[in-house]
Amino acid sequence: MYSQGLQDAKGGQEPEGLLKAFQKRIDNEEKIEPRDWMPEAYRKTLIRQMSQHAHSEIVGQLPEGNWITRAPTLKRKMILLAKVQDEAGHGLYIYSATETLGISRDEMTRQLLSGEAKYSSIFNYPTPSWADMGAIGWLVDGAAIMNQVPLCRASYGPYARSMVRICKEESFHQRQGYDIMTVLARGSRAQKKMAQDALNRFWWPALMMFGPSDKDSTHSAQSMQWKIKRFSNDDLRQKFIDATVPQAEHLGLTIPDKDLKWNEERGHYDFGEIDWQEFIQVIKGNGPCNKQRLAARQKAHDEGEWVRKAAEIYQQNQQDTV
Amino acid sequence: MKLYEIFIRAKSGLNHRHVGSLHAADPQMALQNARDVYTRREEGVSIWVVEAAAITASNPEQSEAWFDPAADKIYRHPTFYPLDEEVDNM
Ligand SMILES: [Fe+2]
Ligand SMILES: [Fe+2]
Repeated sequence: MYSQGLQDAKGGQEPEGLLKAFQKRIDNEEKIEPRDWMPEAYRKTLIRQMSQHAHSEIVGQLPEGNWITRAPTLKRKMILLAKVQDEAGHGLYIYSATETLGISRDEMTRQLLSGEAKYSSIFNYPTPSWADMGAIGWLVDGAAIMNQVPLCRASYGPYARSMVRICKEESFHQRQGYDIMTVLARGSRAQKKMAQDALNRFWWPALMMFGPSDKDSTHSAQSMQWKIKRFSNDDLRQKFIDATVPQAEHLGLTIPDKDLKWNEERGHYDFGEIDWQEFIQVIKGNGPCNKQRLAARQKAHDEGEWVRKAAEIYQQNQQDTV
Repeated sequence: MKLYEIFIRAKSGLNHRHVGSLHAADPQMALQNARDVYTRREEGVSIWVVEAAAITASNPEQSEAWFDPAADKIYRHPTFYPLDEEVDNM
């Protein structure tokens, strides 16, 4: 997801004929592969969207990693560990797909650590409670699925293929989250309160994951035309709300939105205004945990320095002995 | 570190299939990483790792010149040859 529709797409001067032929391939649902001709703007937009997506998977490990050592049972610990490991895998699939567009892994890492590249706003919220692991799996991975399923048909082959792998793994993530919420919601009063509290804190940030409202999202049209986006931000958000509200009701949990109500005529839920000011602040780096998240990535990068060095020396030695 | 392309055989009887790439210092490390990255859910019974630099690929800009000549050789397909009804299937 995770790109949140912030990418831009300004084209340079390219031969009309090539551009037309390219668009025709896309209109015919043909996939574009790494060595095919593509407009520079398409390449740039994809690099931005895909690297943001990969960064989100990587940074997304942090809020949940926070609970691995204190998961309530061994079973929960193993599940959480597997889930977080999957997210690392997702990051790697997408980084590898992004590299086919001509950007190096090192450059992407540099952009993340320098703050130049964005990642999903959702991972800048803290996870003070075990119930947050439930809310994240259920809502955050749930929102990610809404966004990623259409990306399985994205026009860029390597991106689409990595999404197919990822989507297969995401449903486990969402289910284990809902399972945590179910156990808490059916537990003691204190446990139910924990579940409700996590829902209260994660509901609105989860809705923001779909990016700005369509009326403020300037680059969507081009991305739609290129088929690296299939549904608008608002459409996906509505889809997510419609799917999630009954799930909350089923657990006896209350969505923290007093304007939320079923609209018979539209066949959708109406919902309250999103606090876009908060969204912009978090994207800008002023969310509750932005600094902490980047500092954690930087620390991991620095502490891994000797491993990368050792690997390089090893590689050199191997070559020398041949 | 070098870029390796990863190929996985999902089960015996199937071809190895390209699944993605990763970075490693040597083929052994590439294999170990590939196992962790690409086969966490029994996706494979065999892995090939190939240094990306060792792959020579056809040029997509010449794909017409390369692949189109096959299009007009329809006599390579069985349906090019009509069969009398009595013979039916062959
Ligand atoms: Fe993921
Ligand atoms: Fe996930």
